[in-house]
Amino acid sequence: MRVLPTAALGLAATTALAAGIVPEERRSGYDFASPEIRAMQDDDTANPGMLWVSQGEALWAERAGAAGRSCVDCHGDARDSMKGVAARYPAFDGSSARPLDLEQRINQCRSQHQNAAPLPWESGDLLALTAFVAQQSRGLPIAVAADPELAPFSALGEKLFRQREGQLNLSCNQCHDDNWGKRLAGNVIPQAHPTGYPVYRLEWQSLGSLQRRLRNCMTGVRAEPYDYGAPEAVALELYLMERARGMAMDSPAVRP
Amino acid sequence: MARVLINFPQRAKPGEVIEIKTLIQHSMETGYRLDNKGTTIPRDIINRFTCTYNGEEVFRADLFPAISANPFIAFSTVATVSGELVFSWTDDRGQTQTETRPLSVE
Repeated sequence: MRVLPTAALGLAATTALAAGIVPEERRSGYDFASPEIRAMQDDDTANPGMLWVSQGEALWAERAGAAGRSCVDCHGDARDSMKGVAARYPAFDGSSARPLDLEQRINQCRSQHQNAAPLPWESGDLLALTAFVAQQSRGLPIAVAADPELAPFSALGEKLFRQREGQLNLSCNQCHDDNWGKRLAGNVIPQAHPTGYPVYRLEWQSLGSLQRRLRNCMTGVRAEPYDYGAPEAVALELYLMERARGMAMDSPAVRP
Repeated sequence: MARVLINFPQRAKPGEVIEIKTLIQHSMETGYRLDNKGTTIPRDIINRFTCTYNGEEVFRADLFPAISANPFIAFSTVATVSGELVFSWTDDRGQTQTETRPLSVE
């Protein structure tokens, strides 16, 4: 019986922590970036991410695979058909009974409808197509489907977000919920809202996916990163998008 | 063919100063990095950028290993007559990428 109050206390503490960042205090990585980086992102003629967007626009119209079909043949003008799409991913895929992120969805389209080989993770072509699709959601609020089938995956993502890991024994929320705005080495800790992926990271000197960013953070706490496309990685992406629900997309974003 | 973004006003008045912004996709490999086997990755950077306006050179830059990947170069020139702006980037492998854009002055 003595155990009970402690257990109840523990539960209360967890609930308090689980609240995370209140909606009014949510800020995107853009708000933490320096004025120079923001200026770089805001000007399409200076934003290096636009190089991938323009490559993606060319790929959109290019025929691929044995089916000899291009994205345009089914989806038409991406400006209409892809508007808001990236803001809804990861989304539940009935055929594989799990959520797919945007990169996986593009590759599924390639294999199912174009009879083309899937593009490798972080390859220039996959980043370019993802960036082009994501750009069509610029300014639109993140709106992951309130799909009950997604709930267990999102719950897994939240669990992973709060799970300590690696030699540094840190969880995502310890930095991004509890200590955002403070500094880690020279950098401000952001709130980890994935509004602008794929992002051009100055540190990478390249565009990169959210999964690459997650692997980066995991290596940082000296944990073994999830493989690209691992269910845990997608669950974490899903949770992060739900956590950022309603925030405006700004792909392709520029980050330090 | 690397991706290139070039931006400047399509139309200008005679004597007007126009700003030209260029961005090219290039890894700008410094020559100081090692691959995962410990061997040096050979230097491959864009070492020269030039812009000519109706055949006359209006801007030239020599680039060095400290310059980031996908270099962004912005400069200005005076619009005089309608014609062509020719941009060219040359890297250490000796590859040159040339892009031509029209400018209308009226």
